[in-house]
Amino acid sequence: MEILSKVHAKNLVAWAKDKPNVFVLSADLTSSTEIDLFRDTYPERFISMGIAEQNMLSFAGGLAREGFIPFVHTFAVFIYRRAFDQIAMSVSYPNLPVKMFGFLPGVTTPGGATHQAIEDIAVMRALPNMTILECGDATDVESVLDVAYEVNGPVYIRMIRGEIPRLFASSDVMRLGKIRTISHGKDFVLLSTGICTEEAMRAVKVLESHGVSIHHMHVTTLKPFNAQEVLDSIASSKYGVITMENHSIIGGLGSIIAESMAEAGLGKKLYRIGLRDTYLHGASRQYLMREYGIDAMALISQIESIVGEKFGIDETELPKIHITPVHSDSKAEAL
Amino acid sequence: MNTKDCNVTWQEEVRRVAYGIRRRVLEHTIKNGGGYLSQACSSAEIMATLYTKVMNLGKLDSPLIPGQFPGVPGPNNPNYTSGAIYNGPNGPEYDRFFLSPSQYALVVYAALIEVGRMAENGLDHFNKDGSIVEMIGAEHSPGMEVMTGSLGQGISQAAGIAMARKLKGETGRVVLFLSDGECQSGQFWEAVQAISYHKLDNILAYVDINGYQCDGKMTSVMNIEPFDKRLEAFGARVYRIDGHNIEAIAALGSLKPDGRPTFILCDTNPCKGIEILEKRIPKLHYIRFANTDEKKQFEDALKVLESQGGY
Repeated sequence: MEILSKVHAKNLVAWAKDKPNVFVLSADLTSSTEIDLFRDTYPERFISMGIAEQNMLSFAGGLAREGFIPFVHTFAVFIYRRAFDQIAMSVSYPNLPVKMFGFLPGVTTPGGATHQAIEDIAVMRALPNMTILECGDATDVESVLDVAYEVNGPVYIRMIRGEIPRLFASSDVMRLGKIRTISHGKDFVLLSTGICTEEAMRAVKVLESHGVSIHHMHVTTLKPFNAQEVLDSIASSKYGVITMENHSIIGGLGSIIAESMAEAGLGKKLYRIGLRDTYLHGASRQYLMREYGIDAMALISQIESIVGEKFGIDETELPKIHITPVHSDSKAEAL
Repeated sequence: MNTKDCNVTWQEEVRRVAYGIRRRVLEHTIKNGGGYLSQACSSAEIMATLYTKVMNLGKLDSPLIPGQFPGVPGPNNPNYTSGAIYNGPNGPEYDRFFLSPSQYALVVYAALIEVGRMAENGLDHFNKDGSIVEMIGAEHSPGMEVMTGSLGQGISQAAGIAMARKLKGETGRVVLFLSDGECQSGQFWEAVQAISYHKLDNILAYVDINGYQCDGKMTSVMNIEPFDKRLEAFGARVYRIDGHNIEAIAALGSLKPDGRPTFILCDTNPCKGIEILEKRIPKLHYIRFANTDEKKQFEDALKVLESQGGY
């Protein structure tokens, strides 16, 4: 698998070249959110706002009212937790084109509970006018800018950074409301988001060799959610649907699917793999995914319990995952 | 009352508008059995001077009649209309007015009527279902263009607009009306810090320092003094004046920019012009009549105000 480094940093600079209305706002996490290259390339379009996120979000609303497109960058928790009222009233209510790039979703940081965004989708999804996108690989990170830019209104983006895999071909880009199918199958529908898609892909390969057929889809647009394609697949599945997300099972992908199924009156089982109403703590991504049950092995054991059969799959059978070192040139700090 | 006589001085015009604001808000408070009356008393001269002397606003052909609520903004609402149209057409040379504490909306509505920007009967729509003349003004309400009911957000939004106007080379200023209570919030200080750092000297902020907030006297709730010194320490150009002195309010409205944001702190009396309010100190935030006797007292006060001719 191809592993790329600092995809957003380079891509944003190239993408923004001919978009003079795009301004980048930073809250003292310029290297950490991969906007240092933008700052150095277009210093006149880089606005340093300091560690003052409430002001930053309302300020971004002001800029957007005057025709600029603010790209707000900081860790996700400091967007939706610190400045929720400001997002609601200065950005979302007026439907302004402020694009919020939230880094460090869920287990992707050893920074502990203060830095780990575990309920951002739940919280942001409740805001009228808000669009929510989540990136799961390098192609998503490269193409999310076009998607966010074209939305007439505010967009919250769950971003990934540093060393990231390319799961989808560069031409197989993210599109608003478009779910990408990774594998076809009749036993289960498996919906995954963000970094869980890579984990799911590892498990699906091995499960298929044990005779389990899985219809695996990668979801990137969480709001507005286009349910129809998903519902048709779920309706024709043997066992139902599994959601897999690096987020609380409350309010995220699992809830979205539950709502869609209930409204459609679709009587199939739903299994939610995600953070089970718990905070995390500071540790490595691999440790947290295992500990909180959102990795490939968690998916395998979920399916084993549904079909009532042990496959005896050993972790060594799974395709290898790339492990980013704690300290590397792809990240500004160990966070 | 709205007709302008060519022979009146600007001072007479400001006093007429200030009187009209007090009279209309008092009359409205009596009619409704409650209202934001002390805010009108403290800010009448500031608001009147801003609208008649300080701000360079585009003209309107005739006073606008408030329409029905056009729906919230969104990608599928082409009917949405901003309350900014009451401040005249948008243009690079025009000042833009931002009411930060939208609890003062009633005062702005009264001012708009007095200066001929809103139809005389506009206040009849106040707080009526389906009307844009809302109690806590929103961005569709007459004279407003951003959401400021959540205190502290007004100055940050105005700052973003001020930076955008600078980037676009617009000469019009961002004129911000604040009240003292909201300056307790962290976001206010974040904003002052950012405005100062980014040298947004196209912001002209008037602060109504009437010394009272919802819970009572500000010093008994949370102190912000020495407010002028604190703002200066944050890099602002600060003036502190008698907020009922219209000459001072007007004179500071035409300063040359010097790289710093300008804050004009207006010390005011929340009972000014309607002295009967003094009996209610320190509960001045919202005036509601407990009984018919109280209502009668305010009716008498209105008669006194009107008999004095006001100005």
